[in-house]
Amino acid sequence: MTHMMRADGQPLSIREYESKGGYQGLRKALKMAPGEVTQMVKDGGLQGRGGAGFSTGMKWSFVPMGQDAPKTKYLIVNGDEMEPGTFKDRLLLEGNPHQMLEGVIISAYAIQAPEGIIFLRWAYKTSASRLLTAIQEAEQAGYIGKNILGSGFDIKVMIHTSVGRYMCGEETGLLSALEGKRAMPRVKPPFPQTSGLFGKPSIVNNVETLCCVPHIVDKGPEWFRGLSNGDGGGTKLYGASGKVKTPGIYELPLGTPLRELLEEHAGGMLDGHEFRAALPGGASTDFLTTDHLDVKMDFRSVMECGSRLGTGTIIVLDHQTCPVGFVHNLEHFFAQESCGWCTPCREGLPWVERILKSIEEGEGQAGDLEILQEHTHGLGPGMTFCALAPGAMAPLQSALKYFREDFETHIKEKRCPYRAN
Amino acid sequence: MINLEISHLPHKSAACIEALKIVQQERGWVSDESIKLIADHLEISSEEVDSVATFYNLIFRKPVGRHVILLCDSISCWVVGYEKIRDHLKVKLGIDWGGTTEDDRFTLLPIPCLGTCDHAPAMMIDSDLHRDLSVEKIDEILKQYK
Repeated sequence: MTHMMRADGQPLSIREYESKGGYQGLRKALKMAPGEVTQMVKDGGLQGRGGAGFSTGMKWSFVPMGQDAPKTKYLIVNGDEMEPGTFKDRLLLEGNPHQMLEGVIISAYAIQAPEGIIFLRWAYKTSASRLLTAIQEAEQAGYIGKNILGSGFDIKVMIHTSVGRYMCGEETGLLSALEGKRAMPRVKPPFPQTSGLFGKPSIVNNVETLCCVPHIVDKGPEWFRGLSNGDGGGTKLYGASGKVKTPGIYELPLGTPLRELLEEHAGGMLDGHEFRAALPGGASTDFLTTDHLDVKMDFRSVMECGSRLGTGTIIVLDHQTCPVGFVHNLEHFFAQESCGWCTPCREGLPWVERILKSIEEGEGQAGDLEILQEHTHGLGPGMTFCALAPGAMAPLQSALKYFREDFETHIKEKRCPYRAN
Repeated sequence: MINLEISHLPHKSAACIEALKIVQQERGWVSDESIKLIADHLEISSEEVDSVATFYNLIFRKPVGRHVILLCDSISCWVVGYEKIRDHLKVKLGIDWGGTTEDDRFTLLPIPCLGTCDHAPAMMIDSDLHRDLSVEKIDEILKQYK
């Protein structure tokens, strides 16, 4: 996905993209039946890159097709990228907007959706302007519009820029936002594939997921599967931030071990710092520690060691950074971003945040850790309306497991031992 | 402009967020009066428009300064020293979160992750992204905004 990109960070023009094989996947897809495209993506083993890792082809296959299906359907790009510590989609959007557009058009064709909507984070100003240029170029080249490349398929593509809130990244919250409402999650079923935006069948796919699609169609599902070093097909954009030598985004085979990612690609820790743990894929994933350095970073392997691959952009905790302060920062974010719809999340997250703040500031009390532990169950999977609160509990529950001594020291000494004075 | 947005959509009320964005673009913030005008135009209640306006963190329901500083307070920036930048900005501008300087030049707000964590700490001023921040750099950056 990143192999075509220019070294100077400027986006590929449509001519440059075409000269490197761009829009060949679309040409091939339009000669196939829509169902064949979906099957190809399924066979390629593409798993949703937004963090859930669900089979993309499978997701598409739930959309009603044929004569009796609604004429209005939507292919929606989730370009909200608001998971703290995640910055992979920005690279794809800024570096090669046509690649994602091609993915949008092919995917829309596969589900026979005449409309594509790109839901973009407000902060991605450069992405927005580059996408707009790319859409215009693609319209002029006949890839977007009526009867594209003589196939009889019509497609228009629009951009919606958001006005903030983490909830917009939740699939159904995003649909609510596109309808002009508060970004509240919706009850499932009905699933968006049958009743999504304005009640019409809708597919919401992550930017990186869609960027894989042209390559699967162009080079075939076996080729795509062969790129991977783990469970599922393709390469993955991994990233690292925190006190590492070369923070950034690296495209590597899916299933690259955490150690290789950290030591080779992120360049190891900054001098004077030691690796303690990392969140493997954004704020809503459980910590992995030195015991997990050899885990393959694919969806299944990371789940087997009690975490989630999530977005694959790791956030590193070093020995000089306070784990209590680290988790407090995360819970502050989640408490602030709760939409307030369901009680456990609305009331529980601010409570968790207050307790962590008091522990960090040296005012922790006996019994605090028990209350925190209780919340990791009470706000866990299945206890709340959407996945925000369970996601918020992931770093907390793993911190209580791996760094319990740190919490206890804070309470006993009535101070944060990581802060001077 | 609002009517143009409505024309793309199956019903008027779906243009609510776009309408708020357009008003804010023109006026800098969204007043009670604007809420009422949007509501009438979209044929929904003022309360509905206000509930949407107050949900999203980038719709301002109070006047803001000429330039809005959005400083990332999320995890990657926190790890590499966001607190120093925050404290420096607060002292230098003499305002707390949500405050506006007396000369109406700056408003200071925290913002979740800006998606540029390999260049943390980061902030946005208006539409400009500033990365790899240090206390020393802040003064130079602020000078660009009159």
